[in-house]
Amino acid sequence: MSVLENNKNGSADEELLKRFRPASEAETVRDVSKLGEEDLVKLRQTGVVLDAGDRLGTFLQTNCGVTKCECQVHGVEMLPITEALKKYDGLSEYWWKLVSPGKDAFTRETERDLDNGYFIRALPGQKVVYPLQTCLYIRSDNVAQRVHNVIIAEEGSELHVITGCATRPHLTSGLHIGVSEFFVKKGAKLVFTMIHNWGEEIYVRPRTGIRVEEDGIFVSNYVSLKGVKSIQTFPTATLTGARALVRFNSVIVAPEGAHIDSGARVIHEGPESKSEIISRTISYGGTVIARGHLVGKAPDIKAHLECQGLMLSERGVIHAIPELEAHIADVDMSHEAAVGRIAREEIEYLMARGLSEEEATSTIVRGFLNVKIDGLPRELEEELQAAVDECHKGM
Amino acid sequence: MLKIQDLWVDVQGKEVLKGINLEIGRGETHCLFGKNGSGKTTLLMTLMGFEGYKVKHGNIIFKGKDITNMSVNERAEMGIGLSFQRPPTLRGVKLRDLLTICAKDADRAVSLALSYGFEDFLDREVNLGFSGGEIKKSELLQLLAQDPDFTLLDEPESGVDVENLNVIGEMIKKLLQKDIHRNRTKSGLIITHTGFILNYVTADRGHVMLDGKIMCQGNPLEIFEGIQKYGYQECIKCQF
Ligand SMILES: Nc1ncnc2c1ncn2[C@@H]1O[C@H](COP(=O)(O)OP(=O)(O)OP(=O)(O)O)[C@@H](O)[C@H]1O
Ligand SMILES: [Mg+2]
Repeated sequence: MSVLENNKNGSADEELLKRFRPASEAETVRDVSKLGEEDLVKLRQTGVVLDAGDRLGTFLQTNCGVTKCECQVHGVEMLPITEALKKYDGLSEYWWKLVSPGKDAFTRETERDLDNGYFIRALPGQKVVYPLQTCLYIRSDNVAQRVHNVIIAEEGSELHVITGCATRPHLTSGLHIGVSEFFVKKGAKLVFTMIHNWGEEIYVRPRTGIRVEEDGIFVSNYVSLKGVKSIQTFPTATLTGARALVRFNSVIVAPEGAHIDSGARVIHEGPESKSEIISRTISYGGTVIARGHLVGKAPDIKAHLECQGLMLSERGVIHAIPELEAHIADVDMSHEAAVGRIAREEIEYLMARGLSEEEATSTIVRGFLNVKIDGLPRELEEELQAAVDECHKGM
Repeated sequence: MLKIQDLWVDVQGKEVLKGINLEIGRGETHCLFGKNGSGKTTLLMTLMGFEGYKVKHGNIIFKGKDITNMSVNERAEMGIGLSFQRPPTLRGVKLRDLLTICAKDADRAVSLALSYGFEDFLDREVNLGFSGGEIKKSELLQLLAQDPDFTLLDEPESGVDVENLNVIGEMIKKLLQKDIHRNRTKSGLIITHTGFILNYVTADRGHVMLDGKIMCQGNPLEIFEGIQKYGYQECIKCQF
């Protein structure tokens, strides 16, 4: 097993949980119109658009309650997970199948007392290129929000989901636990883009499992640029089918005070499956752990891992932990990792073109954070880049 | 326009330039020849003001001002431009953005790229995967956008094919106002091993650098012919 097993800190996790009250004790917002201007601004900065007509499907959960759940796309089902559980008899084929409820204190807590979450399913053969959006929003102080999400891309379908996770500005504390289980069936494609925009006192514990069947494609784009107390995320994708493909891209900025333990694991069980984990991290004084763990168990697979880290402060820490694990000989697995400051040569190159040292530095950082992601619809790419630029302005 | 007085420069603790004297007037183009490792690139990098090139002694006077301790971008603002022998790759920065920085105008950046058949590179990341010749072209395009009064060219033609040599030649002509015959204001210093560039751009004077010193000065074509016939041995003896 990998160096990382999140439940090593069992008792500390229990302690952390005790500090928060269940989201169900906090107020719920039953309608978007009940949100304040402050909320809307924050959501917009997280890539969530609530103006009518902008997205074809929206799920918005505030604390524990569903604020909006609407989907106009033919062939796509979007429900609060609590309703989906009723409708589909407990979702027995999917529920807790990719994440174990006993994994750690956070999964146990979510199993014990759920606050909701979303269920999205693309019917067989349905190809929906316009992104649907989901948003998990914490709006009250000292709340533990516990959600469990399921996405199913049925055979031959295509689905793009953009998720914004945020907290209301100035919350003194909060905890978000998100269990997510994604199923990409034969020949299906799921592009999942997540923007984290938490507050400086927020703890975040996503627990994600993904299963990709034959010829399926899963692409994850993860962006976290703002202050946060602590994030610990390590999605695991299992490629069960032949030629399945998975790509994890992440862009992470750790400001002073942030501790972000991030990464992904891919387990290749299907022959000729491919994976790529690419992370770009910046420390402005915070800590980033950039993990990657590739496991090769089937022949003719190709797996690549790339961590690039930029240290923009003397105080921060970037810790890249790339791991390759081959169980058979017939695999092609590689990794690259580079951490350091911006090369002087690059700054001077731009200075020779007339930029000041500060302008040159920020041009290079902006380039480093450039979200150029294959397979992303152009509008979404532009939107994501705008979010990155917006965040970066404040640095 | 540019006056270098007894310039001594260290790179990584190693004495590379050992008392360079050189004067280049307004509107003049000079060539710099010399063996590999003799210090030619070091001289250009020092003129541009890069950190790793420590001036131990001497002065650089540009447009009547002592720029020896000026920052790189101040020198760029004053009108010095450099085409790099080996520029770094800028991940995620598009050539379009860089040209816009140079030109201070996005439209002019694009139209320049168009006029030299480089439009396909606008959305490529700067120097990432560029071939040797493409790098040279991109460097010159940046300089054209910048339009410096004094252009430093470090082997602008090395690795360029015959056809593109024409394009490169045209670009350099433009940079150095070789299309104007009177009242040229732009000056340049060109490092060349092949001398090809002399077929496109007439130079006023040539210099040979050997082991951190300028050993020979004179008519660039004659010097180049001499080097071709006799190698650098003659220049060592020459001591003008
Ligand atoms: N960063 C550096 N670290 C160590 N030595 C250096 C560095 N830069 C230059 N030098 C040394 O200084 C000397 C001059 O190098 P320079 O690049 O100026 O030569 P050049 O005349 O441009 O050669 P070429 O014709 O091969 O381009 C060489 O011996 C080189 O190895
Ligand atoms: Mg050189």
